[in-house]
Amino acid sequence: MSLIMKTLSDHILDIIQNSIRAGATLIEIMVEENKMNDICILQISDNGCGMDKKTMEQATDPFFTTRKTRRVGLGLPLLKQNAERANGKFIITSEVNKGTTVKAVFQYSNVDRPELGDIWNTIYFTMLGNENLELKYEHRTNKGSFKFSSAEIKSNIEGVSMQQAEIRTAIIDFIKSNIKNIQ
Amino acid sequence: MSKITSLADLKRIKEEVQSKIKLRENSDNPEQLVQIKVGMATCGIASGAKEILKYFVEELEQQAVDAIVTQTGCMGYCYAEPTVEVILPNSEPVVFGFVNKHKAEEIIDTYIKKGKLIDGIIPITFKTIDE
Repeated sequence: MSLIMKTLSDHILDIIQNSIRAGATLIEIMVEENKMNDICILQISDNGCGMDKKTMEQATDPFFTTRKTRRVGLGLPLLKQNAERANGKFIITSEVNKGTTVKAVFQYSNVDRPELGDIWNTIYFTMLGNENLELKYEHRTNKGSFKFSSAEIKSNIEGVSMQQAEIRTAIIDFIKSNIKNIQ
Repeated sequence: MSKITSLADLKRIKEEVQSKIKLRENSDNPEQLVQIKVGMATCGIASGAKEILKYFVEELEQQAVDAIVTQTGCMGYCYAEPTVEVILPNSEPVVFGFVNKHKAEEIIDTYIKKGKLIDGIIPITFKTIDE
């Protein structure tokens, strides 16, 4: 197994953990695949504790981390590196007590742009593991857009566990078929 | 099976399922459930932890083991990712390292179902990251 973030879906799963550790109760994810403008954008915003200017400047330094279990933090540096390698850029903005927004832009046709990956699994597992988190997802392409929130999903499956096999398959299928539909 | 394309489809599936299943007896006391936490920080994800999480969720459902499968952060054993913490009812947590699908199968069959310890435990004085 290689030590690389292979897909956008892996990056999303990874960056979300930062938001959760920052105490976020709302995370908004936006993925845009724009073949016409040859651009692909990943944007993740949260309402977590945010960072001051100094911390934010250090956030993409691999030898900076706020955690205590290990002394390196590679999540954001890897996303930045992947974006820059694919002729894109990486932007992070943050405000203390308001939240943080991470945006990675890739050149769509670039060979080094990470594939989308199984975003449906990432979203399902994030909803499953974080019951009180409100997750909003939006996918945009030249053909249209698709968005939903975890609250909408939960209100439609009320009374049955999300872990139930049929429900799991249905949620993953719902996300997957709607994304495929606009690709 | 027909494609699920709208929230209404999702609701229809839920109603079908709801009429079929019995309510899980244990769902109100989580201490009676098996708890599984898959390390899902950068190190875990890069080592394929998502596939392991998916395997546990699907396999435990298939084998009708009442379990809660969740994600956890980095426990500091990056060298041993993917790591999986298993808490059997009324037992101390145990952390397994280098978990691939083969190891995951062994964890389910031998440790979770029979309660027998197997190789691959990370020897530590254990504390969860929240403490």
